[in-house]
Amino acid sequence: MTDWSWLVPLPVVLPLSAAGLALALYRRPRLQRIVTLVTLTLVAAVSATLLVIADAGPVVVEVGDWAAPVGISLVADRLSALMLTVSSVVILCVLVYSLAQGREDGERFAPISIFHPTYLVLSAGVANAFLSGDLFNIYVGFEILLAASYVLITLSGTTERIRAGTIYVVVAILSSVLFLVAIAAIYAAVGTVNLAQLAIRLQEIDPGVRLVLQSMLLLAFGIKAAVFPLSSWLPDSYPTAPAPVTAVFAGLLTKVGVYAIIRTQTLLFPGGQLDDILLWVALATMLVGILGAVAQDDVKRLLSFTLVSHIGYMMFGIALGSVHGWTAAIYYVAHHITVQTALFLVVGLVERFGGTTSLDRLGGLAKMTPVLAVLFFVPAMNLGGIPPFSGFLGKVGLLEAGVEVGTPVAYALVAGSVVTSLLTLYALIKAWNKAFWQSPPEELPANRVPVMMVAPTAALVVFSLALTVFAGPLYAYTGRAAQTLQSRWPYIEAVLPDGQRGEGESQRAAEDATEDATEDTTEDAPQDAEVGG
Amino acid sequence: MSPNIVFVVTIGVLFTVGVYLVLERSLTRILLGIVLLGNGTNLLILVAGGAAGAPPIIGVASDRPMSDPLPQALILTAIVITLGLTAFLLAMAYRSWQLHRHDEVQDDVEDRRIVRLAARDERAFEDADTESDGETLDEEAATARDEMDEGGAFDDAPSEPPPPRTDHTHREEGR
Repeated sequence: MTDWSWLVPLPVVLPLSAAGLALALYRRPRLQRIVTLVTLTLVAAVSATLLVIADAGPVVVEVGDWAAPVGISLVADRLSALMLTVSSVVILCVLVYSLAQGREDGERFAPISIFHPTYLVLSAGVANAFLSGDLFNIYVGFEILLAASYVLITLSGTTERIRAGTIYVVVAILSSVLFLVAIAAIYAAVGTVNLAQLAIRLQEIDPGVRLVLQSMLLLAFGIKAAVFPLSSWLPDSYPTAPAPVTAVFAGLLTKVGVYAIIRTQTLLFPGGQLDDILLWVALATMLVGILGAVAQDDVKRLLSFTLVSHIGYMMFGIALGSVHGWTAAIYYVAHHITVQTALFLVVGLVERFGGTTSLDRLGGLAKMTPVLAVLFFVPAMNLGGIPPFSGFLGKVGLLEAGVEVGTPVAYALVAGSVVTSLLTLYALIKAWNKAFWQSPPEELPANRVPVMMVAPTAALVVFSLALTVFAGPLYAYTGRAAQTLQSRWPYIEAVLPDGQRGEGESQRAAEDATEDATEDTTEDAPQDAEVGG
Repeated sequence: MSPNIVFVVTIGVLFTVGVYLVLERSLTRILLGIVLLGNGTNLLILVAGGAAGAPPIIGVASDRPMSDPLPQALILTAIVITLGLTAFLLAMAYRSWQLHRHDEVQDDVEDRRIVRLAARDERAFEDADTESDGETLDEEAATARDEMDEGGAFDDAPSEPPPPRTDHTHREEGR
């Protein structure tokens, strides 16, 4: 079999280089657009290829040929390849949407010279967090995407964006500090930050210390994933950003946190000491989130609250700690990224058409723009979990896994998720009635909505339908991914073939140097060090 | 491994002061708090790397044991990241001052609205056939101040007129 490992760094390297190029081309907006579009299309293609390759086993790249425990390794296993593929498709669709919006509005929507490089950096950060096989590099990936998101959420620095952005930035930085403290504590405890080596060494330390480390990581990732009670920053900060930015944030950023939770829970801390607490947290996230959504009279805020609520479903699947739970959770993540992004894009179109997102002021859209009505209705029903859509399939998977575990808490969660599903439906139907069916209190401006903005939204809706049509193969794939997660060893062995070191150049160099150290001090032996930043 | 007590005490002080400052309202003070927290964390990583030793370069003969190079690399990365974010937060604080003449980090406006509605014992959501003031949260947020609130959370009208907006609100940037 040919060695495809050179593909693995591309989703990080391509957007980062293109970001530099796009920044250099700041006087040529047209060229910038082409660069961004081509790069992100390439990334999507590479990710899809990785999805196929990783099915045969994790693909590992040791960056700069540094051997695994000290160097940075990038690992594409089934889970990360799937996340990467879904996110790159979403990123691409949102880019096309924002290109069309930029062409309509000119620089009013966003200074293009800044938007494109930042957007590429965001994409690189997301890919880096997904691919990283090293805890500190996950931190770096988070920082890359967060720094880009700070710029995007405060684009053009208007009053509301600065207000909402301040809270967002401060909370995100605090969670990063917490993550870094957790890394320091882990390094003090076991002396490594490589995930595969951590998976071996963390089993050998005192269970009490391990529990502390686990809770610290969960706390840091919980803020990023917006898990109740760490979620209150989200509904206030997301809605003020421009529509494409909100869409990509809602779809992706919290899911990177969820991914990090899945990765650390399964690989580093098997055995599930905190699973019961996580189940309660999942229940609270679902219910509090959806009750918040029911009370909203602004579509964007309503959707932000459903986002929080549905993070609860993923936590439910993760905390069940069984292969079936993880299978359903991973499938649910893929489904939710697509659907939530599609909904926010549609709401962006609605805002454009009607000039507002307040349910008190909207009305009669179903008659005026039937296309938007369909585009809103399909993902809304999907999110609410109406059969035969993918939301229904994911929820059924979670319910089955919950019943299979069969503890009282799991049954409470099963009941809770059914209630949440109903309330989601209620909230979305209410939004549908008010925005699309009631007669508007005042005449809406009925602005023209460009076709090129509708097209990518429709593409995402179709993609979410594809998750339903191809649910069989996809569910089988997430099942295999969950099995890899449970057995853990495929991942560890791929990174550390002999359980000690990776296969990089530096190991041989280090051995040579130790042998020759006394005779030949001038040898140019590379030191084992992590390259950051 | 027993860590250096001076480091441990310094880390404690940095974190204490940092947490105190982060709880302030003004973004500039929060920024200072974040800088202190970041530095405390960097020291923490250094302590996590164990005792200091000889320079970690293979081939330089030394009788002392080498110090661990990995935490140093991690700290360098973290410093760069903190520096970038500090610059960004400073820019945000300045922009906020430019727009509002203050750099306050507000409470969630909706929380305040819910508290007010609860005090009046009203529903949070008004139906179309009932009377609604129709003010969106964004409009409310533009005029709200938290530092000025002295137990006046239930007042309907803000005590201050909205701050004057400067004329560079929509100035084009980055061209």
